[in-house]
Amino acid sequence: MTQIGDIGDVQTMLAGEGYVCGRALATALFLALRLGRPLFLEGEPGTGKTEIAKAVAAALGRRLIRLQCYEGLDASSAVAEWNFAAQMIAIRAAEAGGTAGGKPDSAALKDHLFTDEFLIERPLLQAMRPQPGGPPVLLIDEMDRTDAPFEAFLLEALSDYQVTIPELGTIAAAEPPIVILTSNRTREVHDALKRRCLYAWVDYPDFEREAQILAARAPELPDQLSREVVAFVQALRTEDLFKKPGVAETIDWAKCLLALDAVALSPQVIADTLGALLKYQDDIARLNGSEAARILERARSAIAAE
Amino acid sequence: MQEYPDLELPDNPKLALNITHFARALRRAGMPVGTGRIIDAVRAVAAAGFTSRTDFYWTLHAACVTRPEHRIVFAQIFRLYWRDPRFLEHMMATLLPAMRGLNEDRTAQAAEKRAAEALLDGAEAPTREMPEDDGDALIEIDASATQSARERLRSLDFEQMGAAEIAEARRMLAQLTLPVAPLPSRRMGADARGRVLDGARTMRLAMRRGGEITQIARRAPRRKPPDLVVLCDISGSMSQYSRMVLHFVHAVANTRAASGAGARGGWGQVHAFTFGTRLSNITRHLATRDVDAALAAAGREVQDWEGGTRIGDSIAAFNRDWSRRVLGQGALVLLITDGLDRGAPDALASQIQRLHLLSRRLVWLNPLLRWDGFAPKAQGIAAMLPHVDAVLPCHSVATLADLADVLASSKGTGEKARLMRAR
Repeated sequence: MTQIGDIGDVQTMLAGEGYVCGRALATALFLALRLGRPLFLEGEPGTGKTEIAKAVAAALGRRLIRLQCYEGLDASSAVAEWNFAAQMIAIRAAEAGGTAGGKPDSAALKDHLFTDEFLIERPLLQAMRPQPGGPPVLLIDEMDRTDAPFEAFLLEALSDYQVTIPELGTIAAAEPPIVILTSNRTREVHDALKRRCLYAWVDYPDFEREAQILAARAPELPDQLSREVVAFVQALRTEDLFKKPGVAETIDWAKCLLALDAVALSPQVIADTLGALLKYQDDIARLNGSEAARILERARSAIAAE
Repeated sequence: MQEYPDLELPDNPKLALNITHFARALRRAGMPVGTGRIIDAVRAVAAAGFTSRTDFYWTLHAACVTRPEHRIVFAQIFRLYWRDPRFLEHMMATLLPAMRGLNEDRTAQAAEKRAAEALLDGAEAPTREMPEDDGDALIEIDASATQSARERLRSLDFEQMGAAEIAEARRMLAQLTLPVAPLPSRRMGADARGRVLDGARTMRLAMRRGGEITQIARRAPRRKPPDLVVLCDISGSMSQYSRMVLHFVHAVANTRAASGAGARGGWGQVHAFTFGTRLSNITRHLATRDVDAALAAAGREVQDWEGGTRIGDSIAAFNRDWSRRVLGQGALVLLITDGLDRGAPDALASQIQRLHLLSRRLVWLNPLLRWDGFAPKAQGIAAMLPHVDAVLPCHSVATLADLADVLASSKGTGEKARLMRAR
């Protein structure tokens, strides 16, 4: 495991996992690790928010526990659930045994029914349990997809690193997990939850960083083509689009170009593969032949200017 | 007649009288200060002593203020009342511009005007002594006149109202609610008639009976209040209407907390935007409980009150920057504009279409509908009309009250059908 002494160490550590990370994000992550506070990442889809949790878990050699949020997510899917069917069988068995050996001891039955044997652990509870290799990385993904009641429920888990199961009582984490929350901002997450976290806005990377990311993620891509791809995407983000392409789209597009054995960008190649980059028909229609050629020209002149 | 013993109040009638007048001023400013509170206040001052101004302030504060939104009103009235009496004259002078026009509303400090009005009324009060018998008769006549005046005011066009009528209309708007049918959510809740087995609760119930299952607990999807997004045009042609509608929106946004999230008629998140030449988000400002302060803060934020209007560009900006953030949870969109756009109708049509596709329901409030037989001849209106779910007028208190009926059923389209034919 890497020893983390300063912000630079965080960058080096993540770079080892192929995640190129800016100084601002590295600072937030360093503070989250050092202070033991949850890290709340917000940003456009495809800017690498989920990836950072995976990279941190891999770099620190910790287990990654992921809780994907969705509307209606409740405590039984997030913390723990009792195995109702198994409990029923246990009751029947106790009853069957009880007719032979006298009345079943209801207190003993109760103790038996609400033990770990019948408990199905869900991500939040798993994250509170000790894991091999140290406290796990808990990724609560796409917070904005769930609703306000679940946010309120999370407050206890995130501020005190403990969860409460009515039959078992409160279970506190011996060592707090590393918590990373992400949001695509399709809804504002409540201030009370944000207050308990360190906040970082994950923006689109600049040219140099995106080139580094592409080199890390698609190393097979020829250097010249890689620079053209990044310059084109960077130029595209300055256009008035409904949805700007994220870093994930850049990597996807690079892989598409590799699969097509393209050696250089041309308006024809761009038109054929634009679906990897833009996901709205209006945006694709905007970028008809001449418009794509104009942006490509701008991208090439930007490279030449360097 | 029964004799009541005198209350054991301190022997300082002057101070007690002053406190009483002060409390009456608070009451006139809309704070619920009853006689019991006044007695409490006098006793509190007697207990705490009358030494420092700060102590005195907080003593009265403790006795009179019960809600956080009243603190600012209290502070203003305290400042005005327990001060050099000549200050009142000064306040009288600052009140006068209020008669000239409503624009001063935004420049006056929040609650200050209300506070000053309440105090000045109080200054006049002792001179208005009238015989009791006549008083009764007068009150009766007064009441009936108020009733009919309110009726008249309900259907009066906002633009034809005087300052006093505007104030009364605002008071009526503040009491309007906008009941809306809750939406089914994916979250489950306990429900005796539900269709889904709740194993954990069944087991918990059984354990209370020594493991005997006597009752199967069930669950059903809960319902949630829908979100509301308001897009309000504040260009010159709309100014009076948009101000009134913002009062209405403020009332709607703030009844949510009072009615509770589960209650019928409550809204979930209420987001408000204004646009003229550019789009501004005023949601945070509307959260201020005092309506004067809320609109004043919104006014400071917004740069283009009563300027021109670029509806197409503003809707495009909303679609690009905000739609994903506020329309994600099935929000209803209220669009308040006269639709008189100078931009290209095609661009406007495509942006309205996108807005319509992104929202659960798009309701257009158009004050131009105050004219009978209004026909959508203007380019912008004709371009927007096919893409909205309902079109309604919004020029009076009564029309805003009717909005509730259209929102209550998902079928209501207001005047859209007639306008589509007249196109």
